[in-house]
Amino acid sequence: MSNRNTLKQKMKNYLNHPGSLIMMLLVMFGAILTFLVLIFLIVYILVHGVPYLKPSLFSLHYTSENASLMPALINTVIMTGLSLLIAVPLGIFAAIFLVEYAKRGNKFMGVIRLTTETLSGIPSIVYGLFGMLFFVNTLGWGFSLLAGAFTLSIMILPLIMRQTEESLKSVPDSYREGSFGLGAGKLRTVFRIVLPSAVPGILAGVILAIGRIVGETAALMYTAGTVAKVPSSVMGSGRTLAVHMYNLASEGLYMDQAYATAVVLLVLVVGINTLSGVIAKRLTKA
Amino acid sequence: MKSKAWTEKFMQGVFFIAACASVLAVALICIFLFANGVPAMKEIGFVKFITGEMWKPNNKIFGILPMIVGSIYVTAGAILIGVPIGILTSVFMAMYCPKRIYKPLKAATELLAGIPSVVYGFFGLVVLVPAMRDFGKMLHNAFPALFPSGGNGNSMLTASVLLGMMILPTIIGTTEAAIRAVPTHYYEGSLALGATHERSIFRIVIPAAKSGVIAGIVLGIGRAIGETMAVIMVAGNQARMPVGILKGVRTLTANIVIEMGYATDLHREALIATGVVLFVFILIINFSVALLNRRSGRE
Repeated sequence: MSNRNTLKQKMKNYLNHPGSLIMMLLVMFGAILTFLVLIFLIVYILVHGVPYLKPSLFSLHYTSENASLMPALINTVIMTGLSLLIAVPLGIFAAIFLVEYAKRGNKFMGVIRLTTETLSGIPSIVYGLFGMLFFVNTLGWGFSLLAGAFTLSIMILPLIMRQTEESLKSVPDSYREGSFGLGAGKLRTVFRIVLPSAVPGILAGVILAIGRIVGETAALMYTAGTVAKVPSSVMGSGRTLAVHMYNLASEGLYMDQAYATAVVLLVLVVGINTLSGVIAKRLTKA
Repeated sequence: MKSKAWTEKFMQGVFFIAACASVLAVALICIFLFANGVPAMKEIGFVKFITGEMWKPNNKIFGILPMIVGSIYVTAGAILIGVPIGILTSVFMAMYCPKRIYKPLKAATELLAGIPSVVYGFFGLVVLVPAMRDFGKMLHNAFPALFPSGGNGNSMLTASVLLGMMILPTIIGTTEAAIRAVPTHYYEGSLALGATHERSIFRIVIPAAKSGVIAGIVLGIGRAIGETMAVIMVAGNQARMPVGILKGVRTLTANIVIEMGYATDLHREALIATGVVLFVFILIINFSVALLNRRSGRE
Protein backbone atom coordinates (compact mmCIF):
# COMPACT_ATOMS: atom_id res chain seq x y z
CA MET A 1 0.00 0.00 0.00
CA SER A 2 1.96 3.01 1.15
CA ASN A 3 5.14 0.99 1.32
CA ARG A 4 6.77 3.12 -1.32
CA ASN A 5 6.92 6.09 0.98
CA THR A 6 10.15 6.24 2.84
CA LEU A 7 10.15 6.19 6.59
CA LYS A 8 11.00 9.85 6.69
CA GLN A 9 8.03 10.79 4.54
CA LYS A 10 5.80 8.65 6.71
CA MET A 11 6.98 10.40 9.87
CA LYS A 12 6.37 13.75 8.25
CA ASN A 13 2.90 12.70 7.18
CA TYR A 14 2.04 11.61 10.70
CA LEU A 15 3.33 14.87 12.15
CA ASN A 16 1.04 16.77 9.79
CA HIS A 17 -1.93 14.63 10.82
CA PRO A 18 -1.83 14.17 14.60
CA GLY A 19 -5.24 12.45 14.57
CA SER A 20 -3.86 9.76 12.27
CA LEU A 21 -0.81 9.40 14.47
CA ILE A 22 -2.99 8.80 17.52
CA MET A 23 -5.11 6.22 15.68
CA MET A 24 -2.00 4.45 14.43
CA LEU A 25 -0.58 4.31 17.95
CA LEU A 26 -3.92 3.01 19.27
CA VAL A 27 -3.97 0.24 16.66
CA MET A 28 -0.42 -0.75 17.56
CA PHE A 29 -1.27 -0.65 21.25
CA GLY A 30 -4.34 -2.86 20.76
CA ALA A 31 -2.46 -5.43 18.72
CA ILE A 32 0.49 -5.54 21.08
CA LEU A 33 -1.84 -5.90 24.08
CA THR A 34 -3.66 -8.84 22.49
CA PHE A 35 -0.50 -10.75 21.69
CA LEU A 36 1.17 -9.87 24.99
CA VAL A 37 -1.82 -11.27 26.88
CA LEU A 38 -1.61 -14.51 24.92
CA ILE A 39 2.13 -14.83 25.40
CA PHE A 40 1.90 -13.96 29.08
CA LEU A 41 -0.84 -16.55 29.67
CA ILE A 42 1.10 -19.34 27.99
CA VAL A 43 4.47 -18.47 29.48
CA TYR A 44 3.00 -18.01 32.98
CA ILE A 45 1.35 -21.42 32.95
CA LEU A 46 4.40 -23.13 31.47
CA VAL A 47 6.81 -21.53 33.93
CA HIS A 48 4.68 -22.41 36.94
CA GLY A 49 3.51 -25.80 35.72
CA VAL A 50 6.47 -27.53 34.14
CA PRO A 51 8.44 -27.94 37.42
CA TYR A 52 5.51 -29.94 38.84
CA LEU A 53 5.34 -32.40 35.97
CA LYS A 54 6.45 -35.36 38.10
CA PRO A 55 6.16 -39.05 37.29
CA SER A 56 3.67 -39.49 40.16
CA LEU A 57 1.30 -37.23 38.26
CA PHE A 58 1.14 -39.85 35.54
CA SER A 59 0.63 -42.92 37.71
CA LEU A 60 -2.22 -45.15 36.64
CA HIS A 61 -4.37 -44.65 39.71
CA TYR A 62 -5.65 -41.48 41.27
CA THR A 63 -5.08 -41.19 44.98
CA SER A 64 -5.52 -38.22 47.28
CA GLU A 65 -1.72 -38.08 47.50
CA ASN A 66 -0.64 -37.95 43.87
CA ALA A 67 -3.75 -36.34 42.26
CA SER A 68 -2.73 -38.24 39.13
CA LEU A 69 -4.06 -36.99 35.84
CA MET A 70 -3.57 -40.30 34.03
CA PRO A 71 -7.12 -41.68 34.56
CA ALA A 72 -8.55 -38.37 33.39
CA LEU A 73 -6.28 -38.44 30.35
CA ILE A 74 -7.41 -41.97 29.47
CA ASN A 75 -11.05 -40.91 29.94
CA THR A 76 -10.44 -37.97 27.63
CA VAL A 77 -9.13 -40.31 24.93
CA ILE A 78 -12.13 -42.63 25.32
CA MET A 79 -14.53 -39.68 25.34
CA THR A 80 -12.95 -38.24 22.20
CA GLY A 81 -13.11 -41.58 20.42
CA LEU A 82 -16.76 -42.19 21.32
CA SER A 83 -17.90 -38.68 20.42
CA LEU A 84 -16.12 -38.81 17.06
CA LEU A 85 -17.56 -42.27 16.36
CA ILE A 86 -21.04 -40.78 16.66
CA ALA A 87 -20.59 -37.30 15.24
CA VAL A 88 -18.18 -37.84 12.32
CA PRO A 89 -20.29 -40.26 10.21
CA LEU A 90 -23.43 -38.29 11.02
CA GLY A 91 -21.83 -34.97 10.16
CA ILE A 92 -20.23 -36.24 6.94
CA PHE A 93 -23.43 -37.93 5.73
CA ALA A 94 -25.46 -34.82 6.52
CA ALA A 95 -23.00 -32.67 4.58
CA ILE A 96 -23.10 -35.11 1.66
CA PHE A 97 -26.86 -34.76 1.59
CA LEU A 98 -26.68 -30.97 1.70
CA VAL A 99 -24.03 -30.63 -1.02
CA GLU A 100 -24.60 -33.58 -3.35
CA TYR A 101 -28.27 -34.47 -3.10
CA ALA A 102 -30.43 -31.59 -1.93
CA LYS A 103 -31.75 -29.30 -4.63
CA ARG A 104 -30.67 -25.71 -4.42
CA GLY A 105 -33.21 -23.42 -2.77
CA ASN A 106 -34.91 -26.33 -1.06
CA LYS A 107 -36.92 -25.10 1.96
CA PHE A 108 -35.72 -28.01 4.07
CA MET A 109 -32.13 -26.90 3.47
CA GLY A 110 -32.95 -23.59 5.10
CA VAL A 111 -34.30 -25.39 8.15
CA ILE A 112 -31.17 -27.52 8.45
CA ARG A 113 -28.94 -24.48 8.05
CA LEU A 114 -30.88 -22.60 10.72
CA THR A 115 -30.69 -25.50 13.17
CA THR A 116 -26.96 -26.06 12.67
CA GLU A 117 -26.37 -22.35 13.22
CA THR A 118 -28.47 -22.55 16.36
CA LEU A 119 -26.53 -25.58 17.58
CA SER A 120 -23.19 -23.88 17.09
CA GLY A 121 -24.33 -20.92 19.19
CA ILE A 122 -25.67 -22.87 22.17
CA PRO A 123 -23.35 -22.59 25.19
CA SER A 124 -21.91 -25.78 26.58
CA ILE A 125 -23.76 -25.52 29.89
CA VAL A 126 -27.08 -25.76 28.01
CA TYR A 127 -25.78 -28.89 26.28
CA GLY A 128 -24.85 -30.18 29.71
CA LEU A 129 -28.35 -29.53 31.05
CA PHE A 130 -29.93 -31.21 28.04
CA GLY A 131 -27.59 -34.19 28.29
CA MET A 132 -28.44 -34.57 31.94
CA LEU A 133 -32.20 -34.41 31.29
CA PHE A 134 -32.22 -36.62 28.21
CA PHE A 135 -29.37 -39.13 28.27
CA VAL A 136 -28.77 -39.36 32.01
CA ASN A 137 -32.34 -39.24 33.30
CA THR A 138 -34.85 -39.99 30.57
CA LEU A 139 -32.84 -42.73 28.88
CA GLY A 140 -31.61 -43.86 32.29
CA TRP A 141 -27.92 -44.10 31.42
CA GLY A 142 -26.86 -42.38 34.63
CA PHE A 143 -23.64 -40.35 34.80
CA SER A 144 -21.62 -42.19 32.19
CA LEU A 145 -18.99 -41.73 29.51
CA LEU A 146 -21.64 -42.69 26.95
CA ALA A 147 -24.02 -39.91 28.06
CA GLY A 148 -21.11 -37.46 27.94
CA ALA A 149 -20.05 -38.65 24.49
CA PHE A 150 -23.55 -38.30 23.06
CA THR A 151 -23.85 -34.80 24.52
CA LEU A 152 -20.50 -33.78 23.05
CA SER A 153 -21.30 -35.35 19.69
CA ILE A 154 -24.32 -33.04 19.34
CA MET A 155 -22.07 -30.17 20.30
CA ILE A 156 -19.44 -30.87 17.63
CA LEU A 157 -21.92 -31.92 14.93
CA PRO A 158 -22.32 -28.42 13.42
CA LEU A 159 -18.53 -27.97 13.31
CA ILE A 160 -18.00 -31.21 11.38
CA MET A 161 -20.97 -30.56 9.10
CA ARG A 162 -19.77 -27.10 8.16
CA GLN A 163 -16.16 -28.16 7.53
CA THR A 164 -17.25 -31.13 5.43
CA GLU A 165 -19.69 -28.98 3.47
CA GLU A 166 -16.96 -26.45 2.70
CA SER A 167 -14.51 -29.07 1.52
CA LEU A 168 -17.13 -30.95 -0.54
CA LYS A 169 -18.07 -27.69 -2.22
CA SER A 170 -14.43 -27.01 -3.09
CA VAL A 171 -14.21 -30.26 -5.09
CA PRO A 172 -14.48 -29.14 -8.74
CA ASP A 173 -17.62 -30.23 -10.60
CA SER A 174 -15.45 -31.60 -13.41
CA TYR A 175 -14.48 -34.48 -11.07
CA ARG A 176 -18.14 -35.42 -10.68
CA GLU A 177 -18.87 -35.03 -14.38
CA GLY A 178 -15.84 -37.13 -15.27
CA SER A 179 -16.98 -39.87 -12.95
CA PHE A 180 -20.54 -39.79 -14.32
CA GLY A 181 -19.14 -39.79 -17.83
CA LEU A 182 -17.24 -42.99 -17.10
CA GLY A 183 -20.52 -44.58 -16.11
CA ALA A 184 -20.29 -44.45 -12.32
CA GLY A 185 -23.47 -43.97 -10.33
CA LYS A 186 -24.06 -41.13 -7.92
CA LEU A 187 -23.16 -43.13 -4.83
CA ARG A 188 -19.93 -44.43 -6.38
CA THR A 189 -19.04 -40.90 -7.45
CA VAL A 190 -19.58 -39.57 -3.95
CA PHE A 191 -17.60 -42.25 -2.14
CA ARG A 192 -14.84 -42.90 -4.68
CA ILE A 193 -14.26 -39.47 -6.20
CA VAL A 194 -15.68 -36.59 -4.19
CA LEU A 195 -15.12 -37.75 -0.63
CA PRO A 196 -11.43 -38.75 -1.06
CA SER A 197 -10.61 -35.35 -2.55
CA ALA A 198 -12.30 -33.68 0.41
CA VAL A 199 -10.47 -35.67 3.10
CA PRO A 200 -7.91 -33.03 4.20
CA GLY A 201 -10.63 -30.45 4.84
CA ILE A 202 -12.75 -32.93 6.75
CA LEU A 203 -9.73 -34.02 8.76
CA ALA A 204 -8.95 -30.42 9.72
CA GLY A 205 -12.54 -30.10 10.97
CA VAL A 206 -12.34 -33.34 12.93
CA ILE A 207 -9.14 -32.22 14.62
CA LEU A 208 -10.74 -28.90 15.56
CA ALA A 209 -13.60 -30.91 17.05
CA ILE A 210 -11.10 -32.95 19.08
CA GLY A 211 -9.76 -29.68 20.45
CA ARG A 212 -13.23 -28.70 21.60
CA ILE A 213 -13.85 -32.09 23.22
CA VAL A 214 -10.55 -32.00 25.09
CA GLY A 215 -11.26 -28.53 26.45
CA GLU A 216 -14.89 -29.09 27.36
CA THR A 217 -15.99 -28.93 30.99
CA ALA A 218 -19.48 -27.54 31.53
CA ALA A 219 -21.20 -30.02 29.22
CA LEU A 220 -19.58 -32.96 30.98
CA MET A 221 -19.93 -32.24 34.70
CA TYR A 222 -23.53 -33.42 34.86
CA THR A 223 -23.42 -35.98 32.06
CA ALA A 224 -20.17 -37.90 32.46
CA GLY A 225 -19.73 -36.99 36.10
CA THR A 226 -16.59 -36.32 38.07
CA VAL A 227 -15.30 -39.70 39.27
CA ALA A 228 -11.50 -39.65 39.21
CA LYS A 229 -10.84 -43.06 37.74
CA VAL A 230 -11.23 -44.97 34.51
CA PRO A 231 -14.64 -46.70 34.57
CA SER A 232 -14.89 -50.40 33.74
CA SER A 233 -17.31 -49.73 30.89
CA VAL A 234 -18.68 -46.81 28.91
CA MET A 235 -21.73 -46.88 31.20
CA GLY A 236 -19.53 -45.81 34.12
CA SER A 237 -18.81 -42.28 35.22
CA GLY A 238 -15.41 -40.69 34.70
CA ARG A 239 -13.94 -37.20 34.49
CA THR A 240 -12.00 -35.94 31.52
CA LEU A 241 -8.84 -33.88 31.83
CA ALA A 242 -10.61 -30.51 31.69
CA VAL A 243 -13.10 -31.53 34.39
CA HIS A 244 -10.19 -32.90 36.44
CA MET A 245 -8.44 -29.56 36.05
CA TYR A 246 -11.54 -27.68 37.23
CA ASN A 247 -11.90 -29.89 40.28
CA LEU A 248 -8.25 -29.51 41.25
CA ALA A 249 -8.39 -25.73 40.89
CA SER A 250 -11.70 -25.26 42.70
CA GLU A 251 -10.83 -27.59 45.57
CA GLY A 252 -7.67 -25.57 46.05
CA LEU A 253 -5.83 -28.47 47.71
CA TYR A 254 -3.66 -29.45 44.77
CA MET A 255 -2.57 -26.18 43.24
CA ASP A 256 0.82 -27.56 42.13
CA GLN A 257 -0.84 -30.42 40.33
CA ALA A 258 -3.40 -28.00 38.89
CA TYR A 259 -0.57 -25.98 37.32
CA ALA A 260 0.93 -29.14 35.86
CA THR A 261 -2.46 -30.30 34.56
CA ALA A 262 -2.95 -26.90 32.94
CA VAL A 263 0.36 -27.40 31.14
CA VAL A 264 -0.73 -30.79 29.82
CA LEU A 265 -4.10 -29.39 28.67
CA LEU A 266 -2.45 -26.40 27.04
CA VAL A 267 0.14 -28.51 25.24
CA LEU A 268 -2.56 -30.91 24.02
CA VAL A 269 -4.76 -28.12 22.69
CA VAL A 270 -1.88 -26.21 21.09
CA GLY A 271 -0.67 -29.42 19.47
CA ILE A 272 -4.13 -30.26 18.17
CA ASN A 273 -4.63 -26.76 16.76
CA THR A 274 -1.25 -26.77 15.06
CA LEU A 275 -1.97 -30.16 13.52
CA SER A 276 -5.27 -28.90 12.16
CA GLY A 277 -3.54 -25.84 10.73
CA VAL A 278 -0.85 -27.95 9.05
CA ILE A 279 -3.46 -30.20 7.44
CA ALA A 280 -5.54 -27.24 6.30
CA LYS A 281 -2.40 -25.70 4.77
CA ARG A 282 -1.64 -28.88 2.86
CA LEU A 283 -5.20 -28.68 1.58
CA THR A 284 -4.74 -25.22 0.15
CA LYS A 285 -1.45 -26.24 -1.47
CA ALA A 286 -2.92 -29.30 -3.19
CA MET B 1 -28.96 -53.38 -12.05
CA LYS B 2 -32.07 -53.32 -9.94
CA SER B 3 -30.19 -53.89 -6.65
CA LYS B 4 -27.85 -51.03 -7.54
CA ALA B 5 -30.74 -48.63 -7.92
CA TRP B 6 -32.01 -49.87 -4.59
CA THR B 7 -28.67 -49.16 -2.89
CA GLU B 8 -28.66 -45.68 -4.38
CA LYS B 9 -32.10 -44.98 -2.97
CA PHE B 10 -31.23 -46.53 0.37
CA MET B 11 -28.08 -44.49 0.83
CA GLN B 12 -29.85 -41.33 -0.20
CA GLY B 13 -32.30 -42.09 2.59
CA VAL B 14 -29.40 -42.58 5.03
CA PHE B 15 -27.89 -39.23 4.04
CA PHE B 16 -31.26 -37.58 4.45
CA ILE B 17 -31.74 -39.02 7.92
CA ALA B 18 -28.24 -37.86 8.93
CA ALA B 19 -29.12 -34.38 7.69
CA CYS B 20 -32.20 -34.46 9.92
CA ALA B 21 -30.03 -35.13 12.99
CA SER B 22 -29.35 -31.45 13.67
CA VAL B 23 -33.04 -30.61 13.35
CA LEU B 24 -33.88 -33.46 15.71
CA ALA B 25 -31.21 -32.32 18.18
CA VAL B 26 -32.52 -28.76 18.32
CA ALA B 27 -36.08 -30.03 18.70
CA LEU B 28 -35.08 -32.38 21.53
CA ILE B 29 -33.10 -29.68 23.32
CA CYS B 30 -36.04 -27.27 23.15
CA ILE B 31 -38.57 -29.89 24.23
CA PHE B 32 -36.57 -31.21 27.16
CA LEU B 33 -35.47 -27.82 28.48
CA PHE B 34 -38.92 -26.27 28.24
CA ALA B 35 -40.78 -29.35 29.51
CA ASN B 36 -38.56 -29.47 32.59
CA GLY B 37 -38.20 -25.76 33.18
CA VAL B 38 -41.58 -24.24 32.42
CA PRO B 39 -43.54 -26.13 35.14
CA ALA B 40 -41.17 -24.73 37.77
CA MET B 41 -41.62 -21.23 36.37
CA LYS B 42 -45.39 -21.72 36.63
CA GLU B 43 -45.18 -23.01 40.18
CA ILE B 44 -42.96 -20.17 41.34
CA GLY B 45 -44.83 -17.64 39.23
CA PHE B 46 -43.23 -16.45 36.03
CA VAL B 47 -43.00 -12.78 37.03
CA LYS B 48 -41.80 -13.65 40.52
CA PHE B 49 -39.14 -15.95 39.05
CA ILE B 50 -37.81 -13.41 36.56
CA THR B 51 -38.06 -10.27 38.71
CA GLY B 52 -37.51 -11.72 42.19
CA GLU B 53 -34.45 -10.19 43.84
CA MET B 54 -33.94 -13.04 46.29
CA TRP B 55 -32.50 -16.47 45.60
CA LYS B 56 -32.88 -18.57 48.74
CA PRO B 57 -33.44 -22.19 47.75
CA ASN B 58 -33.60 -23.29 51.41
CA ASN B 59 -36.57 -21.01 52.02
CA LYS B 60 -38.13 -21.86 48.68
CA ILE B 61 -37.57 -18.34 47.39
CA PHE B 62 -36.49 -18.45 43.77
CA GLY B 63 -35.87 -15.12 42.08
CA ILE B 64 -33.21 -15.03 39.38
CA LEU B 65 -33.05 -11.28 38.77
CA PRO B 66 -29.65 -11.06 40.52
CA MET B 67 -28.26 -13.65 38.12
CA ILE B 68 -29.85 -12.05 35.06
CA VAL B 69 -28.44 -8.67 36.03
CA GLY B 70 -25.11 -10.30 36.92
CA SER B 71 -24.88 -11.95 33.50
CA ILE B 72 -25.75 -8.69 31.75
CA TYR B 73 -23.24 -6.62 33.76
CA VAL B 74 -20.41 -9.09 33.31
CA THR B 75 -21.13 -9.40 29.60
CA ALA B 76 -21.33 -5.62 29.18
CA GLY B 77 -17.98 -5.31 30.94
CA ALA B 78 -16.47 -7.95 28.67
CA ILE B 79 -17.76 -6.10 25.61
CA LEU B 80 -16.39 -2.77 26.88
CA ILE B 81 -12.96 -4.34 27.30
CA GLY B 82 -12.88 -6.85 24.47
CA VAL B 83 -14.50 -4.95 21.59
CA PRO B 84 -12.16 -1.92 21.32
CA ILE B 85 -9.04 -4.05 21.69
CA GLY B 86 -10.43 -6.68 19.34
CA ILE B 87 -11.32 -4.15 16.64
CA LEU B 88 -7.95 -2.41 16.93
CA THR B 89 -6.18 -5.76 16.65
CA SER B 90 -8.21 -6.77 13.61
CA VAL B 91 -7.42 -3.42 11.96
CA PHE B 92 -3.78 -4.18 12.60
CA MET B 93 -4.14 -7.66 11.13
CA ALA B 94 -5.98 -6.49 8.02
CA MET B 95 -4.35 -3.15 7.25
CA TYR B 96 -0.97 -2.83 9.01
CA CYS B 97 0.50 -6.26 9.55
CA PRO B 98 3.69 -6.94 7.54
CA LYS B 99 3.23 -10.09 5.47
CA ARG B 100 6.11 -11.85 7.15
CA ILE B 101 4.59 -11.87 10.62
CA TYR B 102 0.96 -12.23 9.52
CA LYS B 103 0.85 -16.02 9.56
CA PRO B 104 2.24 -16.53 13.06
CA LEU B 105 -0.02 -13.79 14.42
CA LYS B 106 -3.07 -15.31 12.74
CA ALA B 107 -2.15 -18.67 14.24
CA ALA B 108 -1.83 -16.96 17.61
CA THR B 109 -5.36 -15.55 17.48
CA GLU B 110 -6.65 -18.99 16.54
CA LEU B 111 -4.74 -20.43 19.46
CA LEU B 112 -6.40 -17.85 21.72
CA ALA B 113 -9.74 -19.30 20.58
CA GLY B 114 -8.59 -22.85 21.19
CA ILE B 115 -7.47 -22.48 24.81
CA PRO B 116 -10.04 -24.29 27.01
CA SER B 117 -12.17 -22.16 29.29
CA VAL B 118 -10.90 -23.97 32.40
CA VAL B 119 -7.39 -22.90 31.54
CA TYR B 120 -8.60 -19.30 31.18
CA GLY B 121 -10.43 -19.70 34.48
CA PHE B 122 -7.33 -21.06 36.17
CA PHE B 123 -5.25 -18.20 34.79
CA GLY B 124 -7.87 -15.79 36.13
CA LEU B 125 -7.80 -17.50 39.51
CA VAL B 126 -4.03 -17.40 39.98
CA VAL B 127 -3.17 -14.15 38.16
CA LEU B 128 -6.15 -11.84 37.74
CA VAL B 129 -7.80 -12.37 41.14
CA PRO B 130 -4.70 -11.40 43.19
CA ALA B 131 -4.00 -8.52 40.80
CA MET B 132 -7.57 -7.26 41.17
CA ARG B 133 -7.32 -7.56 44.95
CA ASP B 134 -4.36 -5.17 44.91
CA PHE B 135 -6.06 -2.93 42.36
CA GLY B 136 -9.18 -2.84 44.56
CA LYS B 137 -7.10 -1.92 47.59
CA MET B 138 -5.49 0.85 45.61
CA LEU B 139 -8.86 2.21 44.49
CA HIS B 140 -10.15 1.99 48.03
CA ASN B 141 -7.21 3.97 49.37
CA ALA B 142 -7.47 6.56 46.63
CA PHE B 143 -11.26 7.03 46.65
CA PRO B 144 -12.61 5.73 49.97
CA ALA B 145 -15.98 7.38 49.34
CA LEU B 146 -16.51 5.69 45.99
CA PHE B 147 -15.13 2.29 46.97
CA PRO B 148 -16.01 1.51 50.59
CA SER B 149 -13.96 -1.68 50.37
CA GLY B 150 -11.44 -3.11 47.96
CA GLY B 151 -13.05 -6.52 47.74
CA ASN B 152 -11.19 -9.81 47.70
CA GLY B 153 -10.44 -9.92 43.99
CA ASN B 154 -13.31 -12.25 43.06
CA SER B 155 -15.42 -9.62 41.40
CA MET B 156 -17.50 -8.45 38.50
CA LEU B 157 -14.48 -6.54 37.17
CA THR B 158 -12.26 -9.63 37.24
CA ALA B 159 -14.88 -11.68 35.40
CA SER B 160 -15.32 -8.91 32.83
CA VAL B 161 -11.58 -8.67 32.16
CA LEU B 162 -11.27 -12.43 31.79
CA LEU B 163 -14.29 -12.66 29.50
CA GLY B 164 -12.99 -9.69 27.54
CA MET B 165 -9.84 -11.73 26.87
CA MET B 166 -11.88 -14.77 25.92
CA ILE B 167 -14.06 -13.01 23.35
CA LEU B 168 -11.06 -11.38 21.63
CA PRO B 169 -10.59 -14.14 19.04
CA THR B 170 -14.29 -14.07 18.12
CA ILE B 171 -14.22 -10.30 17.61
CA ILE B 172 -10.88 -10.33 15.79
CA GLY B 173 -11.90 -13.15 13.43
CA THR B 174 -15.23 -11.67 12.33
CA THR B 175 -14.03 -8.06 12.18
CA GLU B 176 -10.95 -8.94 10.14
CA ALA B 177 -13.08 -10.89 7.68
CA ALA B 178 -15.53 -7.99 7.44
CA ILE B 179 -12.72 -5.47 6.82
CA ARG B 180 -11.19 -7.67 4.14
CA ALA B 181 -14.58 -8.03 2.45
CA VAL B 182 -14.73 -4.26 1.81
CA PRO B 183 -13.71 -3.63 -1.83
CA THR B 184 -10.19 -2.20 -1.99
CA HIS B 185 -11.26 0.64 -4.26
CA TYR B 186 -13.11 2.19 -1.30
CA TYR B 187 -9.78 2.46 0.49
CA GLU B 188 -7.87 3.49 -2.63
CA GLY B 189 -10.46 6.10 -3.53
CA SER B 190 -10.16 7.62 -0.10
CA LEU B 191 -6.37 7.69 -0.36
CA ALA B 192 -6.62 9.31 -3.78
CA LEU B 193 -8.75 12.07 -2.28
CA GLY B 194 -5.87 12.84 0.05
CA ALA B 195 -7.00 11.11 3.21
CA THR B 196 -4.36 9.43 5.33
CA HIS B 197 -4.13 5.66 5.81
CA GLU B 198 -5.79 5.94 9.23
CA ARG B 199 -8.53 8.29 8.10
CA SER B 200 -9.35 5.97 5.19
CA ILE B 201 -9.57 2.99 7.52
CA PHE B 202 -11.63 4.54 10.27
CA ARG B 203 -13.84 6.80 8.15
CA ILE B 204 -14.35 4.66 5.04
CA VAL B 205 -13.43 1.01 5.48
CA ILE B 206 -14.82 0.36 8.97
CA PRO B 207 -18.16 2.10 8.32
CA ALA B 208 -18.47 -0.03 5.17
CA ALA B 209 -17.75 -3.15 7.22
CA LYS B 210 -20.21 -2.10 9.92
CA SER B 211 -22.70 -4.94 9.77
CA GLY B 212 -19.97 -7.57 9.87
CA VAL B 213 -18.36 -5.86 12.83
CA ILE B 214 -21.68 -5.71 14.66
CA ALA B 215 -22.32 -9.40 13.92
CA GLY B 216 -18.95 -10.13 15.51
CA ILE B 217 -19.85 -8.12 18.61
CA VAL B 218 -23.16 -9.95 18.95
CA LEU B 219 -21.35 -13.28 18.60
CA GLY B 220 -19.01 -12.09 21.34
CA ILE B 221 -22.00 -11.28 23.54
CA GLY B 222 -23.26 -14.81 22.97
CA ARG B 223 -19.93 -16.30 23.97
CA ALA B 224 -19.63 -14.11 27.05
CA ILE B 225 -23.14 -14.74 28.33
CA GLY B 226 -22.82 -18.50 27.82
CA GLU B 227 -19.37 -18.87 29.37
CA THR B 228 -19.47 -20.90 32.53
CA MET B 229 -16.36 -22.40 34.01
CA ALA B 230 -14.04 -19.42 33.64
CA VAL B 231 -16.63 -17.12 35.23
CA ILE B 232 -17.28 -19.43 38.16
CA MET B 233 -13.60 -19.47 39.02
CA VAL B 234 -13.23 -15.69 39.31
CA ALA B 235 -16.62 -14.03 39.88
CA GLY B 236 -17.21 -14.81 43.56
CA ASN B 237 -20.69 -16.17 42.82
CA GLN B 238 -22.68 -14.46 45.59
CA ALA B 239 -26.40 -14.85 44.80
CA ARG B 240 -27.43 -11.27 45.50
CA MET B 241 -28.08 -8.17 43.47
CA PRO B 242 -24.72 -6.80 42.21
CA VAL B 243 -23.43 -4.10 44.54
CA GLY B 244 -20.33 -2.79 42.80
CA ILE B 245 -17.68 -3.63 40.27
CA LEU B 246 -15.24 -4.75 42.95
CA LYS B 247 -17.79 -7.10 44.53
CA GLY B 248 -18.75 -10.62 43.56
CA VAL B 249 -21.60 -11.49 41.22
CA ARG B 250 -23.24 -14.70 40.11
CA THR B 251 -24.21 -15.29 36.50
CA LEU B 252 -27.01 -17.48 35.15
CA THR B 253 -24.51 -20.10 34.01
CA ALA B 254 -22.73 -20.17 37.36
CA ASN B 255 -26.03 -20.58 39.18
CA ILE B 256 -26.74 -23.79 37.29
CA VAL B 257 -23.34 -25.42 37.71
CA ILE B 258 -22.84 -24.51 41.36
CA GLU B 259 -26.14 -25.77 42.70
CA MET B 260 -27.10 -28.54 40.29
CA GLY B 261 -24.90 -31.02 42.10
CA TYR B 262 -27.08 -31.15 45.22
CA ALA B 263 -30.41 -29.63 44.16
CA THR B 264 -33.63 -31.64 44.42
CA ASP B 265 -37.31 -31.15 43.55
CA LEU B 266 -38.40 -27.58 42.94
CA HIS B 267 -34.88 -26.24 43.49
CA ARG B 268 -33.60 -28.49 40.71
CA GLU B 269 -36.43 -27.49 38.41
CA ALA B 270 -35.75 -23.83 39.17
CA LEU B 271 -32.16 -24.37 38.05
CA ILE B 272 -33.36 -25.94 34.81
CA ALA B 273 -35.68 -22.95 34.43
CA THR B 274 -32.56 -20.78 34.83
CA GLY B 275 -31.14 -22.72 31.91
CA VAL B 276 -34.31 -22.00 29.93
CA VAL B 277 -33.91 -18.26 30.52
CA LEU B 278 -30.27 -18.50 29.38
CA PHE B 279 -31.34 -20.54 26.34
CA VAL B 280 -33.92 -17.91 25.36
CA PHE B 281 -31.26 -15.17 25.65
CA ILE B 282 -28.99 -17.22 23.39
CA LEU B 283 -31.73 -17.89 20.86
CA ILE B 284 -32.43 -14.16 20.61
CA ILE B 285 -28.71 -13.48 20.12
CA ASN B 286 -28.37 -16.22 17.48
CA PHE B 287 -31.36 -14.88 15.66
CA SER B 288 -29.90 -11.38 15.55
CA VAL B 289 -26.59 -12.74 14.23
CA ALA B 290 -28.42 -14.60 11.46
CA LEU B 291 -30.35 -11.44 10.63
CA LEU B 292 -27.19 -9.30 10.57
CA ASN B 293 -25.36 -11.81 8.39
CA ARG B 294 -28.25 -11.90 5.96
CA ARG B 295 -28.22 -8.12 5.79
CA SER B 296 -24.47 -7.90 5.24
CA GLY B 297 -24.77 -10.63 2.61
CA ARG B 298 -27.33 -8.62 0.70
CA GLU B 299 -25.36 -5.40 0.63
